[in-house]
Amino acid sequence: MTIAATTPARRHTFWKLARTEAVLLLRMPGPLIWMALLPVAAAVVLGVVPGTSRPAKALDGTSYLDTYLPILMMFTLLMSGVNLLSSLLSSYREKGILRRLSASPVPPSRLLGAQALIYLGVGVAIDVVLLVVGIACGVPVPHQLGGFVLSLLLVAVAVLGIGVLITALAPSARLAQAVSTVVLFPLMFFAGLWLPRTQMSPALRTVSDYTPLGAGARAVQASIEGQWPSTAALLVLVGYALACGALATRVFRWA
Amino acid sequence: MLQLRPGPGHIGVGIHRSVGAGTHQTGFGFWLGGRYRLRLTRRILDIEDNFDERISAVAVIEVERLRKVYGEKVAVEDVSFTVEEGEIFGLLGPNGAGKTTTVECVSGLRRPDGGSVRVVGYDPARARAEVTARVGVQLQHSELQPNLRVGEALELFSSFYEEPADWRELLDVLGLGPQVKTRFAKLSGGQQQRLSIALALVGNPTLAILDELTTGLDPAARRDTWSLIEAVRDRGVTILLVTHFMAEAERLCDQVAVIDEGRVAALGSPAALTSRLEVNQRIRFVPSKSVDDALLAALPEVESVSRRGEEVLVVGNTEALAAVSTLLARLGVLAHHLRVEQPSLDDAFLAITERAERTQPARHQYPATRGGDR
Repeated sequence: MTIAATTPARRHTFWKLARTEAVLLLRMPGPLIWMALLPVAAAVVLGVVPGTSRPAKALDGTSYLDTYLPILMMFTLLMSGVNLLSSLLSSYREKGILRRLSASPVPPSRLLGAQALIYLGVGVAIDVVLLVVGIACGVPVPHQLGGFVLSLLLVAVAVLGIGVLITALAPSARLAQAVSTVVLFPLMFFAGLWLPRTQMSPALRTVSDYTPLGAGARAVQASIEGQWPSTAALLVLVGYALACGALATRVFRWA
Repeated sequence: MLQLRPGPGHIGVGIHRSVGAGTHQTGFGFWLGGRYRLRLTRRILDIEDNFDERISAVAVIEVERLRKVYGEKVAVEDVSFTVEEGEIFGLLGPNGAGKTTTVECVSGLRRPDGGSVRVVGYDPARARAEVTARVGVQLQHSELQPNLRVGEALELFSSFYEEPADWRELLDVLGLGPQVKTRFAKLSGGQQQRLSIALALVGNPTLAILDELTTGLDPAARRDTWSLIEAVRDRGVTILLVTHFMAEAERLCDQVAVIDEGRVAALGSPAALTSRLEVNQRIRFVPSKSVDDALLAALPEVESVSRRGEEVLVVGNTEALAAVSTLLARLGVLAHHLRVEQPSLDDAFLAITERAERTQPARHQYPATRGGDR
């Protein structure tokens, strides 16, 4: 059994599934376009309007675009990894697609893995667009680019964990959709979407440090300013990814 | 309970079938030929060998005292049956009898709470790789990705198996050739059903499990599907069929198990089940010239004779038709508009499940009576 699981033929099915799912995603690009449109349009507006693209006093000399670009990038990862992934996976479960795979030699976890990879890719691709738009509108290139990329990748993995966990726990596709929408608000709040982290009270910021997107914002901000992100922030992200992933594998229902 | 154990006659049927499969190698889907010929040779050698060993060697499914509980609810109480290689085995039963739970345990999608299940020699809940490679499954209420095209689905699933069938050929056999580029959501119910059968067969399985195969199909599509299943069996695939259509079981199945309230209420061939019924044959005909009712009534096979206008109604046991026609022939009488109403599997099914209902209260009363005795 263990030998069969590692033969090239079996590994090949992962990519076959991933390719099929990617084709299906592009065949129905509606949700994808909507998801990409919102943050990109927001970044363009912030970058074009002089009031938001120039340094502002209220933000300690950085512009609104500088402040919000990383938040929009995390928002994108969240939408892709939580909303799109959980609604699709739970609809697959409802239709019996995951159960059908359980009865084949390919375990449904491989489809889940393929989906996670695709939505990670989607989030990263839109983030690249956002970064290019930002830089074109005068946002300085992050000084610690490696730390910046690592931080965002860890955010992406952590939110994928959350997305899979929501799918695992939600009994229906509709509920998965509802829960992932509701979860969006506190996560984005602590990322600083409504109140930038620099303006949060120390207590609130401490709470924010322990939320996935708060920790992500902290790590990303540090790397923009030229420092390597703090180990604590990175560990929080890794912790969310591992905890959600482990819990999801325990409770995930395939049917 | 009626139990039929495979005897020599059964093997004869099996060999006959195998030869048939070997000779019809033309045109469509010769996708089991090689393996099957080998099996045939082995089978003949085995017969010369040890008879008992052969029996156990060809059992594709062995279910013994299966039990499955969901919380408080007992879905399967005590189910045992054996499916031999090359058979179409039917699981019949009213809704909620435990048929689907039983096949889910056989396909390894559920872990039994008690008893044992062996499929192609393995425990299906544990040896997932071995079992999924050899067992094709068509699940009830199972859909595919709405925008996945028929051809893509089959190509994808065929890539899951070491030695898959040629999916294009399979597509033609199932009459889905024109739909190769159609998305799943755009298929009709019957086409979706056929695709799901194709997916069950694309891995070249030893055993195909088909749950509620023709539910939701129109009568024409149902008949087409039946022919298809027979063609699949003729290629040597053993089939476990779940159904609540008696006509389907009567037409297709070599053996059936009637499951009622989580237990096997009857086990045997459809013919054996119906013949065990104490239901009389009713023979109606219009004689070409007058016949003395007393002569008919005198036949030991006949229970009663009555007339409605010109028509004679003879009620008797299962041999009554032979006796009546012999007598009429001797008298030189032709039987016009001859109709024989035989008990169908439907009647047998109703009788079996009703009998179970009748005996149920008695079973529950048993401890109370004992208590009274003490």
